[in-house]
Amino acid sequence: MKHEIVEKNVGLLAVLILVAISFGGLAEIVPLFFQKQTTEPVEGLRPLSALELEGRDIYRREGCVGCHSQMIRPFRAETERYGHYSVAGEFIYEHNFLWGSKRTGPDLARVGGRYSDDWHRAHMYNPRDVVPGSIMPAYPWLFERTLDGRDTPRKMQALRTLGVPYTDEDIENATREVRGQQEITALVAYLQQLGTVLEGTR
Amino acid sequence: MNRFWDDSLSGFWSAWIIVITLGSIAFAFWILYANRKTDKVPDADGNVETTGHAADEIEEYDNPLPRWWFQLYVATIVFSLGYLLLYPGLGNFTGLLGWTQEGQWEEEVARAEERFTPIFAQYQEIPIPELAQDEEAMLVADRIYQNNCAVCHGANAQGGYGFPNLTNDDWLYGGEPEQIMTSLVRGRNGLMPSFQTLGANNIENVTQYVLSLSDLEHEAERAEQGAAVYASVCAACHAPDGTGNTALGAPNLTNDIWLYQMPGQSVADSVRQTLRNGRNGHMPAQEAYIGAERVHLVAAYVYSLRFRD
Repeated sequence: MKHEIVEKNVGLLAVLILVAISFGGLAEIVPLFFQKQTTEPVEGLRPLSALELEGRDIYRREGCVGCHSQMIRPFRAETERYGHYSVAGEFIYEHNFLWGSKRTGPDLARVGGRYSDDWHRAHMYNPRDVVPGSIMPAYPWLFERTLDGRDTPRKMQALRTLGVPYTDEDIENATREVRGQQEITALVAYLQQLGTVLEGTR
Repeated sequence: MNRFWDDSLSGFWSAWIIVITLGSIAFAFWILYANRKTDKVPDADGNVETTGHAADEIEEYDNPLPRWWFQLYVATIVFSLGYLLLYPGLGNFTGLLGWTQEGQWEEEVARAEERFTPIFAQYQEIPIPELAQDEEAMLVADRIYQNNCAVCHGANAQGGYGFPNLTNDDWLYGGEPEQIMTSLVRGRNGLMPSFQTLGANNIENVTQYVLSLSDLEHEAERAEQGAAVYASVCAACHAPDGTGNTALGAPNLTNDIWLYQMPGQSVADSVRQTLRNGRNGHMPAQEAYIGAERVHLVAAYVYSLRFRD
């Protein structure tokens, strides 16, 4: 091949560069769209309830993902502390993923059921009350604000177009389930279901 | 295929990956060799053929890559082929070593089990009251306690608002070894219903009666009226004399220990709040998190707290 042909034709060069860099994605990413491991939910996975969904949005709004990951890697040090390593099928209904990439606080992928609701409430109101050395900020406003549930059905509808199996009934009842609830209640409901679909964390 | 998913690919996608991967490597190899140059030999006049590029009368030589550089390139190709042969990478081909992420994790866990199981097994056989006296075992147990229990019950096990103190003689569900084990293995769910329906007056009367049970300052007249309500409504769980019931986790009301007294709150206010809104104390089951052997150790640790000063 003559270098000169490629080097002197910018259009051709651009095409060849695109080919070169897209090959990695074609081989590594595209087949995942067609693999059961990444497209089928693990047994027992259910979509978030309306209240949990609102809790998830509070989790996003308050930036929890900035300090807490939701991804347990298959290393013993992690599985001993957090429970069974995360598997792709647990995240089928997640849009967007909240895996995170930084652990200032602990991983939360399997925090569901680990502590009582009361503990979460006390901890969120002032983390130092239950964990003396904690550097986590307090979130007292979650106890003052309530949800109106106005947008909940639309959120669920949007998720349904992305493949989350919400029924018409789920969407119809969403506002009623959420309206008037404290934000902390929604957040705790979200946290308490995290990672509970895989039984036997050891 | 493992227990959670079928991670195999269809024949087409497997072939797709193999073709792109090997094709790319072959392509890179071909580019490398197709463009390979050899040193240009000077002609009779000592002139060397150049690329023809010239700037300020300096011409660019047309020399090959340094040999070590070229060989490094070849080495990456050899490495990639070796890697693809040994490890999974080519579609459904699992690699000659049979390596998987899960397999590596299982090995790591198995190594740790081999090392730690005998230690825990040795403690497992010792009855809890005896194990509670074993200093070395309690050092191990302290670690497990601090990592798993201290978030609620506190580093010194003295509890807090809503989280029971484990160092005193007051036990919601009983402090005998079997009872502690049950709390740890199965968890506990304490439910005090709301008694809003009694009405404000009765709630105040019962509150005064409950205060009187612990010999706290109370209004005698109201307490007397509250006694009747207590006998018909509360006594079923908290016992007629107010000493509670460990089978239900109904607290003893006569010992002036108040689980739900917030810092700065009066006992009376805390009791009123409990009667109006109810309480729901939840101890999560621990066996699934730390395993039976560690639960046994932690039970001994909790049991040992009574021997501390």
